[in-house]
Amino acid sequence: MLAMQQIPGAELTLAQGVQLPGIDYGALAPLLVIFGAGCAGVVVEAVAPRPARWPAQVLLTVLGLAAAAVTLGMHLSSGVGDVVTLAGAVVVDGPALFLWGTLLALALGAVLLIADRTVEPGGAFVADAAVRIGTAQDRAQNLSARQAPGAATPATSAMGATGSQTEIFPLFLFSLGGMMAFVAANDLLTMFVALEVLSLPLYLMCGLARRRRLLSQEAAVKYFLLGAFASAFFLYGIALLYGYAGSVTLAQIAQASGGTDRSDTLLFGGLAMLVIGLMFKASVGPFHTWTPDVYQGAPTPVTAFMASCTKVAAFGGMLRVLNVGFESTSWEWRGVLWGIAIASMVIGAVLGLTQTDVKRMIAYSSIAHAGFILVGAIALTEQGLSGTLFYLLAYGFTTLAAFGVVTLVRDSQGEATHLSQWAGLARRSPLTAWVFAFLLFAMAGIPATSGFTAKFAVFSAALADGMAPLVVIALVASAVAAFFYLRVVVLMFFSEPAADGPTVSVPGGFTTAAITLGVVVTVLLGVLPSFALDWAALGGFAS
Amino acid sequence: MGAQVSSGGLLLLAMLLLPLAGALAVAPMRSAPSTAKATALAFALAELVFAALAWRAFEPGAGRLQLGLSVEWIPEFGARFALGVDGIALVMIALIGVLVPIVMGSSWEEKLPEGRTAAGFYSLLLTMQSMMVGVFAATDVFLFYLFFEVMLVPMYFLIGRFGGPRRQYAAVKFFLYSLLGGLVMLASVIGVFVVSSEELGQGTFDWATLVTIADDIPESVQIWLFLGFFLAFAIKAPLVPLHTWLPDAGAEAPVGAGVLLVGVLDKVGVYGFLRYCLPLFPDASRRLAPIVLVLAVVGVVYGALLAVGQSDMKRFVAYTSVAHFGFIALGIFAFSTQAHAGAVLYMVNHGISTGMLFIVLGMVIARGGSRAIADYGGVAKLAPVLAGMLLLAGLSLLSLPGTNTFVSEFLVLLGSYPRQPVFTIIATCGIILAALYVLWVYQRMMTGPLRGAAVLGDEEAPRQPALAGPGAATDPEATRRRAAAAFPDLSKREVGVLAPLVLLILLLGFYPQPVLEVINPSVEATMSEAGFTDPVGSTGGGQGGN
Repeated sequence: MLAMQQIPGAELTLAQGVQLPGIDYGALAPLLVIFGAGCAGVVVEAVAPRPARWPAQVLLTVLGLAAAAVTLGMHLSSGVGDVVTLAGAVVVDGPALFLWGTLLALALGAVLLIADRTVEPGGAFVADAAVRIGTAQDRAQNLSARQAPGAATPATSAMGATGSQTEIFPLFLFSLGGMMAFVAANDLLTMFVALEVLSLPLYLMCGLARRRRLLSQEAAVKYFLLGAFASAFFLYGIALLYGYAGSVTLAQIAQASGGTDRSDTLLFGGLAMLVIGLMFKASVGPFHTWTPDVYQGAPTPVTAFMASCTKVAAFGGMLRVLNVGFESTSWEWRGVLWGIAIASMVIGAVLGLTQTDVKRMIAYSSIAHAGFILVGAIALTEQGLSGTLFYLLAYGFTTLAAFGVVTLVRDSQGEATHLSQWAGLARRSPLTAWVFAFLLFAMAGIPATSGFTAKFAVFSAALADGMAPLVVIALVASAVAAFFYLRVVVLMFFSEPAADGPTVSVPGGFTTAAITLGVVVTVLLGVLPSFALDWAALGGFAS
Repeated sequence: MGAQVSSGGLLLLAMLLLPLAGALAVAPMRSAPSTAKATALAFALAELVFAALAWRAFEPGAGRLQLGLSVEWIPEFGARFALGVDGIALVMIALIGVLVPIVMGSSWEEKLPEGRTAAGFYSLLLTMQSMMVGVFAATDVFLFYLFFEVMLVPMYFLIGRFGGPRRQYAAVKFFLYSLLGGLVMLASVIGVFVVSSEELGQGTFDWATLVTIADDIPESVQIWLFLGFFLAFAIKAPLVPLHTWLPDAGAEAPVGAGVLLVGVLDKVGVYGFLRYCLPLFPDASRRLAPIVLVLAVVGVVYGALLAVGQSDMKRFVAYTSVAHFGFIALGIFAFSTQAHAGAVLYMVNHGISTGMLFIVLGMVIARGGSRAIADYGGVAKLAPVLAGMLLLAGLSLLSLPGTNTFVSEFLVLLGSYPRQPVFTIIATCGIILAALYVLWVYQRMMTGPLRGAAVLGDEEAPRQPALAGPGAATDPEATRRRAAAAFPDLSKREVGVLAPLVLLILLLGFYPQPVLEVINPSVEATMSEAGFTDPVGSTGGGQGGN
């Protein structure tokens, strides 16, 4: 509020007497660049000739990410401090900036996976998702894609198949923009709009797999239906909170909850529904049920994007809601979130043991990790905040690289995701196996990887905040979860390869870059995490 | 706090990095096994030279922690990259330096499972060595924890990739047991940090600083923190009833890895009792000592009884170790200078003796191709030197006077008796059982007429050692010739591998003074840090060994 009024001439008066809110373009630039690049992507899709679309879109997306990062850096170096803008709807403070940086970096990795066209000839996405599966047209578009690896030729486009469609890039950018808006939203309505902007493109992207299209479409429908359900919860929660506080601004809800005789039912009912919506997006158990199916069915590059970026966005939003809006009532709701965190860790760790599909396994691992992150998030201290932010950064890169490796292990049917197919992988492709083992060890939290540093950060924050039993439960859950990571290592290294097992594709430059990025960050944050911990601790929430 | 680096600290850093560099150098030599072996051995020998230099640089009694190095690492966590050794850590690092080249020599002609390369095996051994040096050299609790956990990874791959038929099961069991203990310890590690930040205003992981505040921590908090550390160390050591992973891991591990597993890696557990549990949580140690002593003594007797009953010789070694670790734990939790000195010396001696026993049995297995004791008999007739080596290792294991372990066992008993007479007497019974299990194994495998499927090479009649012997059906002389061809005596390489161990066993048996001189000041310092005094009537000083 204050920052807004300090900007001279920021408020314009229109002829009708409506006051336009002041807009701090400098602070919002990263967000605007991403949305702008998304719109430009739509235009490219409309005007560029087919063969030119893929290179144009990749270039546009990468440039957009880079430009957003540059503007983010400029804003940081200008030293403006916390900015509340757009009439208090958006706040650009320390956590928001850190999360934006994290999202942009993770998005770069994800877009590299999405852009790869050498691992799967023509890319991982179907040319025309509307074609019914099993029809002659469908067979034709699969065939032409396989015959024409790389950029499509005019001959194949005559069949209506260019190898792959490129709408995925603008969708990706819109979703990313939604995530960035989500973590910076200062009132619940803005948050809801951002939630929809980030979700709707994701629903679509889930259904675009070139291989196993029925599974992919099923995943999209499931995600959409359950996501809509969760959005409804979120919206209903907002309504109740509005009824309670007379405002949707987080700061005013916090103000209203301090020593009034208003109805607690509205407050906690509203909070509960809000949190359910957030937990759903963050795939925290027991609101996780969509996660395994969607992670498994979605095209793997999209899964990588969801597993890393969506989690960052959802927890970023949750941190802001809890810290800004409900800190003063924390002793009322903390017990419930304890329960949810425990449930999530146990569900993720135990059900992960029974999985036979590597993508589902990572999905359950992400549910367990969501529980660990929640442990840090409910420690409403500076340490808890910085630890949780660091965890999001570390986990995002590890899981991104892990899905990157999953795209490489293939047989004639596409990706070989059944665990039995991974037996003896170390014999065929030692490098891939070692990289994946390293990532699994990072997820298990072995020291000298980012996974350990992150766990240490959140658990020490939780312990310092007096949650020792929760920490012990979390550590035991980590030990249980380690078993299923180990199982994959056992398969890859100690088992004999099957005679007709999958081969490991030689990754193209894009996938190599994405995996390298993830692995390097995982090592770096494990061995020398200081700089990132400093960034994460840069500042608290403003409102 | 800036960086504090001494020249000795750089030596420790070099000891940490050299094997890692070696591992990286060896790993790509997939198609050149002999080059890989030679390079790895060269690195291990260089490390041994460094260990000798560190031994020379260390001045007993000059300071609590010497050869220090401390560099800012993760200030947000209060963690520093801090190395340094006291006498206890130094003797363990020296033991590592001695054992690794010997282990490499003993694995020189080992048949690796199909598809595995010597380069992989030796680079894992070197990685293992680096991690073990790190565990003993770390003086920052966070750094110690890091090595403690990372150490699992190379051993996991050593067992899982190069081990026996049930290696997958053994490797996973080993890893999960240790990881569970480690994660529970992590809670305590964080707890120590939180407590120190309450006491000092700013949290620290610096071991020396933590020792100074140990007395101010309330006993109830100490007990919780102690239990976290204790569980991890008790799994690692291993104490009964947390020992069940060791027989599996020890049996399935390749001989080289098994020596390091039982000889050094498990010592981290008892070392942890002495380095972390006692000085950091003195009140809790005192309060919970009876429970630990019960576990220790149960381990001595139980391990010995199970060792008697083993039919697999590698499992046999693992169970004898369970008994010996019980003994070491008894010495540590008896809280007297003599017992502590004895326990530390025992840690070294046990590494040497069990290492030798493991290696000799590995040589027997390499000839006979079976791990079952019943598959052998009368081997002394074919390979007298080999049999002699087994006898020597066994006698050292049962603490025959004149061998190294006698001194340490005697010190432990002497130091423990004034304070814990009952436990000491029960543990002494363990020694009698030791004579039983060692001599019985020797008798079954080495003496008497030639018999057993592995010796006679008779695939048709295994498990009937007595009947398959010099029966009327076969010509005894022909059988003998065939067996002798399959069972040659020690080769030059094997003699070279065993010679240093034999030398050490005898040397430390008759003249343990150099080692005790290094150990004693540190042990006394540990006693005073933990606020323990020697029981009245004991001579103190731990000089009674010779």
